[in-house]
Amino acid sequence: MGNEFLPLLYSFHFYLFGLLAIAAALAFVTRKSPVAAAMWLITTMFALAALYVMMDAQFIGVMQVLVYAGAIMVVFVFVVMLLNLGHPSEISDIRGKWGRLIAGFLGIALLAEILALTRDPMDLRLVVPVIPATVNGTGGIIGGVAGPLFREYLLAFELTSILLLIAIAGAVVLGRKRSAADAR
Amino acid sequence: MLAEALAISAVLFTIGVIGVLTRRNAIIVFMCVELMLNAVNLSFVAFSKLYGATGQVFVVFVMTVAAAEAAVGLAIIISIFRHQETVNLKDINLLRG
Repeated sequence: MGNEFLPLLYSFHFYLFGLLAIAAALAFVTRKSPVAAAMWLITTMFALAALYVMMDAQFIGVMQVLVYAGAIMVVFVFVVMLLNLGHPSEISDIRGKWGRLIAGFLGIALLAEILALTRDPMDLRLVVPVIPATVNGTGGIIGGVAGPLFREYLLAFELTSILLLIAIAGAVVLGRKRSAADAR
Repeated sequence: MLAEALAISAVLFTIGVIGVLTRRNAIIVFMCVELMLNAVNLSFVAFSKLYGATGQVFVVFVMTVAAAEAAVGLAIIISIFRHQETVNLKDINLLRG
């Protein structure tokens, strides 16, 4: 990194998202309502996705948003809803003055930053240098992950599909209504 | 950034452990386990910056296992809830169905 500005900006955002992740995780373990806890956990996962992208693992960051925040947490919230466990009084609460102030400031600052960075052609000082460890040859970012996945770890990858099949079967059997088993 | 990432990972893992040990709601305990898996994923990604993309491959595996675990675990919780009308771990003390 040949200039002083980029590391500073990088460190600032790294600490910002790191603190966001830790603060959201702390809020997550202290919530009483499962729904509120799930929302805080999703916030943690988004902050972690930002950290992954900053550490040159863009594909993992996208997978984090799609699989963790998008699929697994939806299943959690769905089960909470199915079992009717949420406390309505806690779900609908709006934070106090400070919470709103911090959330609004953070949101507006990040949005303004995105606008400033996308409006002009990217300032050369802000372009993050590509780390060759994760980007090999012409495969790009995904190629760096797919290469080892489909060469050295092909057996583990295939076993994962069996694991998922077993999980689907197990979930269906366990989630079945009790009356079907009693009728036998 | 490696040291900072590992520190964040350790703190998140500790928070997850605290949640597992202190919470009584089975679903929240499950979510704490997910938080611990996320913390480990952060370590994997941080080390992959040093040692190549293999760490990211492991993150993909961890995500798959986490998805399978969430599906089966939540099905078990639903099954227990149908039987006992509770998800409080203190009340779930019978091995017999």
